[in-house]
Amino acid sequence: MIAYILKSVGQAILVLVVVAALAFSMFRFIGDPVANMAGQEASQQDRRELAERLGLNDPVPIQFARFLANAAFGEFGMSYRQGRKVSALIAERMPATVELAVLSALLATGFGTLLGVYTAIRRNSWGAHIVMGISLIGVSLPTFLIGIGLIYLFAVELKWLPSFGRGETVKLGWWTTGLLTPSGRASLIMPVLTLGFFQLTLIMRLVRAQMLETLRTDYVKFARARGLPESRIQFRHALRNTLVPVVTIAGLQLGSVIAFAIITESVFQWPGLGALFVQAVQFVDIPVMAAYLMFVAVVFVVVNLIVDLTYVLLDPRLKSSTAVVGGGK
Amino acid sequence: MTAPLLSVRNLRVEFPNRRARLVAIDDVSFEIGRGEILGLVGESGAGKSVTGAAIMGLLEPPGHMTGGEIRLDGTRIDTMPIDQLRRIRGKRIGMVFQDPLTSLNPVYRIGAQITETMRVHANISEADARARAIALLAEVGIPAPENRIDAYPHELSGGMRQRVVLALVLCTEPELIIADEPTTALDVSVQAQIIALIKALARNRGTSVMLITHDMGVIAEVADRVAVMYAGRIAEIGPVRDVLKAPQHPYARGLMGAIPSLAKKAAGHDGRLTLIPGNMPRLSAIPEGCAFNPRCGEAIDRCRAERPSLLPAATSHVACWRVTS
Ligand SMILES: Nc1ncnc2c1ncn2[C@@H]1O[C@H](COP(=O)(O)OP(=O)(O)OP(=O)(O)O)[C@@H](O)[C@H]1O
Ligand SMILES: [Mg+2]
Repeated sequence: MIAYILKSVGQAILVLVVVAALAFSMFRFIGDPVANMAGQEASQQDRRELAERLGLNDPVPIQFARFLANAAFGEFGMSYRQGRKVSALIAERMPATVELAVLSALLATGFGTLLGVYTAIRRNSWGAHIVMGISLIGVSLPTFLIGIGLIYLFAVELKWLPSFGRGETVKLGWWTTGLLTPSGRASLIMPVLTLGFFQLTLIMRLVRAQMLETLRTDYVKFARARGLPESRIQFRHALRNTLVPVVTIAGLQLGSVIAFAIITESVFQWPGLGALFVQAVQFVDIPVMAAYLMFVAVVFVVVNLIVDLTYVLLDPRLKSSTAVVGGGK
Repeated sequence: MTAPLLSVRNLRVEFPNRRARLVAIDDVSFEIGRGEILGLVGESGAGKSVTGAAIMGLLEPPGHMTGGEIRLDGTRIDTMPIDQLRRIRGKRIGMVFQDPLTSLNPVYRIGAQITETMRVHANISEADARARAIALLAEVGIPAPENRIDAYPHELSGGMRQRVVLALVLCTEPELIIADEPTTALDVSVQAQIIALIKALARNRGTSVMLITHDMGVIAEVADRVAVMYAGRIAEIGPVRDVLKAPQHPYARGLMGAIPSLAKKAAGHDGRLTLIPGNMPRLSAIPEGCAFNPRCGEAIDRCRAERPSLLPAATSHVACWRVTS
């Protein structure tokens, strides 16, 4: 058990270091930081001094170690374009993205599991057929089309919901939230739907397939033969076994919600990290890009870690990898 | 005379598919008395498992009963609404499946699965259920049951798991246990122990057992009566000693020629029934008359034209024109 956790954590750290190496190499191979920061008129002398001050003359491993140490505290230097600390930029943009992603993830896992179970248990009902049909849209339509469709319907035609931005936000310390104002909540609805819909249908189809599979197992047949009520068989015996594999894939999918957020944020002009990253790419703002890369990596790794640990809770076979106890005596 | 514990009359089970309605069980009748152990033998596909599933009301769709009736202690159970049947399933009739490795839910402790079953069927506190579960585990021969009760299925060996399954089936004190090849998936060395355990438990508690098996050695050891099935029909049914020593139906005779004893089995014989030339017909191609006639060395014209009824012959009942006409 402890070995399993240590192994998971070790792998997580390894992944982060590799991604950090990638981010670090961007500084060296894309553009010239000195030229970027010093500007066109700087003298040769100025440039050398700046390079010295930035530590660019040190050996590469030392530079990388310094990068790692700073990254661990969320420091990635100054934005080339905005001249502000990257950490401040990220902190400012993060709440918008996290709120959007977490709500989408909750929507996707919650309704995905619910509908997956429903369509499996009632697989021949009208309701299940309709849900499955609609889910095809989620799987096949690109995210931005769904977003644009929603904007057209609810913002342009019906004028029920705002088509862009976060609405009014409330400050809680350094965090800003849209959840506490009516306009903030209204602004969240469409982006959350857009970002969560694909994941929702994916998780739903996954849960359904897995649930159908589980309902065919011997222990479900045996549970029926023991006279357990059908609801108990479905929700206690089948669902928990269904969730074991679903958690893994759902977890990976939720990590990618952050990545997908770039598209959704662009469609809804959402002031989040994805939008920040798109700007950074346009202006080759390496520190911001590096910071975003690390942020996505951290999210993936943390989600993975949580998945690994949930796995242990759901499946006792992982907890004790001890040998078989007792012979057939 | 009191009613037998289980009575199956003219059972017919069909599996409709796009092309045809396959008749898996065709006019099968038998009874099991209180405390009696009935062996059910026959080649793979003869309909043994389907018969068991029909009794439990657990036929897999699209399979369903299209005729006959099943009575438990005189009460019809095949037409019962599901919520009533559920109180019989697991409570009055228990079922042991072939594979103990997959019969237990891997994510719950064995104790939880036993107490769950008890509490679904009887009004009993968790603490009492647990105490009884420990006693039951001891009774089925699990050492240190007060520790093992908190084990997960994967922590136990195959033989141990089948014992747990037996405890699970016994925890509601059923009157009838249907055991469908309860030892096929186990090591040969463990098989005899589990069979002996089933016999002892049934004898001690007066429980009736329908024991489905390929293994004539097992039948010889534990059954009181035996039914030989062929292509969804009963070929011969009677006291185990008579059917084994002096089988009358040509198919039964062929089977008995192939009996390996448990001792021979331990020496490597696999105990499958293979001596009769040819194969059992597919459900879609069951011949006219007696289903066995193409493989039977003694078939006469009547065997090819008219299906033989199961009629008394000596101490048994036999479905063969050569025997009963
Ligand atoms: N779900 C099903 N769908 C269609 N046909 C089925 C189904 N289950 C069983 N059958 C058919 O019913 C017949 C009897 O099957 P059954 O499982 O009862 O055989 P068996 O005697 O138990 O054989 P075995 O010794 O291999 O377990 C077989 O021909 C089989 O093809
Ligand atoms: Mg079978």
